[in-house]
Amino acid sequence: MLKMGKFEYDAVRRHGEETYPHECCGVLLGHPDDQGRVASKTVRCGNTRSDSPHNRYHIAPQELVRVQRQAREEGLEIVGFYHSHPDHPARWSQTDFAEAHWIGCSYVITSVDRGEAKITNSFFLAGETEESKRFEDEKVVVTETAALNEAAG
Amino acid sequence: MIAGTTQIPMKIFIPTPLRQYAGKQDAVEVQASTIAGALSELVSSHPDLKRHLYTDDGKLRAFVNIYLNDEDVRYLSEKEQTPVKNGDQLTIIPSIAGGNCIL
Repeated sequence: MLKMGKFEYDAVRRHGEETYPHECCGVLLGHPDDQGRVASKTVRCGNTRSDSPHNRYHIAPQELVRVQRQAREEGLEIVGFYHSHPDHPARWSQTDFAEAHWIGCSYVITSVDRGEAKITNSFFLAGETEESKRFEDEKVVVTETAALNEAAG
Repeated sequence: MIAGTTQIPMKIFIPTPLRQYAGKQDAVEVQASTIAGALSELVSSHPDLKRHLYTDDGKLRAFVNIYLNDEDVRYLSEKEQTPVKNGDQLTIIPSIAGGNCIL
């Protein structure tokens, strides 16, 4: 299960609308809990795939290094990533799977139809190694952000 | 003293998925003179990391990026043989990409 603050959930969907017809992408920061992951912060990232931004995304590793450093300073960790599928279902593609390497993290996908965010789904990258990884559907529970922060202490 | 032979204490930052193989730590302290030496010490102190970082023939997996401070090690002139100095930090960061196209 992925718990997201309402503010963060809306931010992910809004990002997909803003970059339409291109894919948006970003990072979910938070912490693991006994039911999965809690995302209490989102970080927008640039999509470096300027050659094919409508159906590909890639986050510059240097940007990820900065995000990971920022998370550490704030006592958070990277718990997942998000991107959008413009005019395409909110299901993972073979490309998403082939290029997913953060085992144990959530991959959130929002379908954006004609500029409007529709469905937001999350997929947990399960398994132990690159060879045994698999995506599992996971429930997204949206709560008030303040409640999430209180629960985190 | 020959450059690259002094053992420098440095931190290697570990990404979320690999922390379970590094004693649940987000950073591991090693002593090394080069990037290669630092990575070698990391996998010798935490052997379970090896198969996640390297292929069976010992090459760094293509999706694993190693950064020395803010520089991609692949683009350094001496690559993994680059000597390290006081205050340097290594970060392991798997790539993030995808999209709705068919590969």
